[in-house]
Amino acid sequence: MASQVVNLRVNERSREFLAAPGTSLLSSLRDALGLMAAKRGCAQGSCGTCTVLLDGRPVMSCLVAVETVDGASVRTLEGVARDGELDEVQAAFLEGFATQCGFCTAGMIMSAEALLDRNPDPTREDVVEAISGNVCRCTGYGPIVDAILDAAARRRP
Amino acid sequence: MAKLRGRGYASVNYPTGMNLGGDPSQALIHATTTGTFVVSLSSVDLGQGLKTVVAQCAAETLGLPMENILVDTADTDTGPHCMGTFASRGTHRVGNAVIMAAAEAREVMLAVAAEELEVDAGDLETDGTGYIQVKGAEEKRVHITDLALAAHFTHGRTISGRGIFLKEKNDPVPETGEMDPDSCQAHACTVAVVEVDDETGVVEVLEMHNAYEIGRALNPAMVAQQVEGGAWMGMSHALFESTEPYYPTRDHGPGDFNEYLMPGPADIPMYHNAILERPAGNGPFGAKGIGEMTANAPIPAIANAIFDACGVRLDTMPFTPERVLRGLDELRGNHH
Amino acid sequence: MRYKTNPIDRTYFADEPAEDFNVIGSVVQRSDALGHVTGRTTFFEDLSPPDLLHVKMHRSTRHHARILGVDLTDALAVPGVVRILTHADIPNNVFTPLKLIGVQPDDEPVLAEGKVRYLGEPICAVVAETEAAAYEGAARVRVDYEELPAVLDVEEALAEGAPIVNEYHGNNYFTYEGHHCRRIRFGDVESAFAAADHVFEWRYQSAPIEHAPTETTGCIVVPQPDGRLRIHSDTQACFFTLDNTALILGTPFNKLRIVGGTVGGGFGGKVDIAVEPVACVAAMLTRQPVKYVYSRYEEMQVSSPRAAERIYIKDAVMADGRITGRKITLYVDAGAYSRHSPYGTTKAAAHLPGPYSIPNVWADCHCVFTNRTPSSAMRGFGVTIGDFALESQMDRIARELSMDPLRLRLINAYRDGDMKAHRKVAEGTALVEVIQKAAEMVGHELPAEYRQMSSMDRASMDREGR
Ligand code: FES
Ligand code: FES
Repeated sequence: MASQVVNLRVNERSREFLAAPGTSLLSSLRDALGLMAAKRGCAQGSCGTCTVLLDGRPVMSCLVAVETVDGASVRTLEGVARDGELDEVQAAFLEGFATQCGFCTAGMIMSAEALLDRNPDPTREDVVEAISGNVCRCTGYGPIVDAILDAAARRRP
Repeated sequence: MAKLRGRGYASVNYPTGMNLGGDPSQALIHATTTGTFVVSLSSVDLGQGLKTVVAQCAAETLGLPMENILVDTADTDTGPHCMGTFASRGTHRVGNAVIMAAAEAREVMLAVAAEELEVDAGDLETDGTGYIQVKGAEEKRVHITDLALAAHFTHGRTISGRGIFLKEKNDPVPETGEMDPDSCQAHACTVAVVEVDDETGVVEVLEMHNAYEIGRALNPAMVAQQVEGGAWMGMSHALFESTEPYYPTRDHGPGDFNEYLMPGPADIPMYHNAILERPAGNGPFGAKGIGEMTANAPIPAIANAIFDACGVRLDTMPFTPERVLRGLDELRGNHH
Repeated sequence: MRYKTNPIDRTYFADEPAEDFNVIGSVVQRSDALGHVTGRTTFFEDLSPPDLLHVKMHRSTRHHARILGVDLTDALAVPGVVRILTHADIPNNVFTPLKLIGVQPDDEPVLAEGKVRYLGEPICAVVAETEAAAYEGAARVRVDYEELPAVLDVEEALAEGAPIVNEYHGNNYFTYEGHHCRRIRFGDVESAFAAADHVFEWRYQSAPIEHAPTETTGCIVVPQPDGRLRIHSDTQACFFTLDNTALILGTPFNKLRIVGGTVGGGFGGKVDIAVEPVACVAAMLTRQPVKYVYSRYEEMQVSSPRAAERIYIKDAVMADGRITGRKITLYVDAGAYSRHSPYGTTKAAAHLPGPYSIPNVWADCHCVFTNRTPSSAMRGFGVTIGDFALESQMDRIARELSMDPLRLRLINAYRDGDMKAHRKVAEGTALVEVIQKAAEMVGHELPAEYRQMSSMDRASMDREGR
């Protein structure tokens, strides 16, 4: 089977690239587009380090065959800061010491963005639910949950 | 059928700065012409925060703000030798090497400042914001940026320093096991409160109280990260983890995070932590190091809490619902 | 909440001189956090050099077997497969990582040679233009085995007549200067047992545990114009990896350069020399950049776990709670090869009998070879599982004597000046104080004489007549 041209709107920019059949969205972002924030922790849908927003919804990008989402819009961690300014989630992670090795951070922040986009006023349980597909081996999760709640508070007018 | 609550205790010590291999670590430090001090290492930060801690050690020793420190590490072409990040040697070994290098650089910095200000180096002090000044006559001062420029272009001096920390390799005496394998002992006592569901065998950890003694908390927020991250890992080891769940047979080994179980964000207990400081004479600013030990005390504390809750003594890790239920069955006299 | 800190309680060790620090002891932002939250931190796999080749391994499907033949025909026919490495391509195929600190013998092949000793042992490395082709090639390698009896239990491995796991050792245990185990001999445990009011003996067991860092072990090797190799790695130990790799390759050390230091979690699992040697050989033979990174499955099942341990503890205990003798037999399941286990077993021995002053201690700590995935260092190496056993033991003794478990610990706690079982005088101790603090935190009442105990003052204990 031949490679095909795929069009995506990534972080508000139109991108066009060739993808061999079955190439994952994660590989496309990393290898074709050079966007390295999303990580490959398992490539089989078990860790969440590859989480990005696909048309606004969080997905494990390692499980999405890119040819099936031609024309979609994608948001990665590279597209979260505005004009070099951290957004509330990033700032809360930074100041809340919610990162250690940082390998899970991109996925965590994207899951948090998706949650806060649809629910600006989440409970602790909502936050826990939103990151339940994201593995962190370093922090014990507490500082991450606190940071997401803090981000929600910062975002409220 | 009930949820049974219990409390368990464990107290431990932990050796830091191991020298069974005798492996020393080195640090080099030099000032750029604008007064930034570059700390060159080959040590590795695993996420525990080594880069930040060594920058603090350098800033403290030099008497300069954190913004004046850059850490350049983990390139074997540019960094001097470090055996690696293991055996709780990062903070202890590398911290000490950086302090030694920074102290040597500070001496040069003060000597050049003495020339520049035409005073005695012994009369100089740093103010922590970037100035080197005369004690008691603070208006007589020079900023590190100007000083570093002058050192290079006027005085022809390199503001630099070298550091190494070695505790010689120790070989145990084979007959008796006599040895001197480490540099310090850190301490912890954990109290775990659990609830055991006597129908499902599921153990929930409700509270963990951790008292640590680590010599010196160099960065209290990063100590908190280690205490909580480690307590979670200990709980995970205790209740869930194994690559060979039917050890010693190798069957049913998990292949990914869907199969290798660990507690999620919904399962974390309430933590109450406290830190005691008994500075170690040989540690950097008295620090002993903490990262490795934090998963240790939680495991037996949980085992002991399970016994307290339901009378089941679990002598085999992990403490799965299956093992709890088998223990309860035995207590009830149901042998299958 | 912006950040959490743990309260530092200065009521303990209040006599320590107060020091006036500028940045030590304060909450300083992590220097790596900005990179993490913006996704700009560069991990080794975030590099994508042009013409990158990929390595995937064909691994043993047996616990223990002789290799009768390896057939690469089908694998080489897979489009995109460039080359397949076997042990013959590795200059110094047999190694042991701790030879750098004098541990011998070399006992582990980089790629299996004649025999496999555990399920998942690497046999040949398929180098291909794409990851998919490398996987496909690895799946098409055919290995002809003659099955050998395997031993998977530490005590069975030490029993007479057990199959030999690792011929380089000749026995199923690591030999410590002529001894079959690392020993501690302090006082006379047998007379302590004879004189004790109670003797308690229990057994403890753990199973292997995976480090499970979110980033798997791996490296990218890029040949340089000057003939050197630049290795981008997530090793925990740059020079340790460099030195071992150079020894395996038989190249001068200065031919290699390791660039790393940003690691997605290590916990001890990235101290092994797991990927760099093969990736370097592949890069040297193809003169192209090569990536070799573990899949999540390999990380779970093939990378070294924390060793399973089996521990027997027998204690001589007096009616007042004093432990007068402790005898420990500890087995570390090293799996098929030494890696770091001889070191971890010594560290385990030095930790005994736990943070207590016990006048008579006897320990035999065995580093045992079995036909399983070699184990290695992990956070708390040599100590974590020992602590599980030791502190469970303390709880059981307290229950047997109907004693407060914290008082039992305080009575036996080691203090400054005590001689430990490995004949090192204790200093800087603080077990008493962390127990007192924990008791205070949970409202566990201790009588005044226990609250007044001090790590620095054995006399406060002696007044109670110990
Ligand atoms: S890499 Fe996609 S879930 Fe792990
Ligand atoms: S910070 Fe390391 S995995 Fe989350």
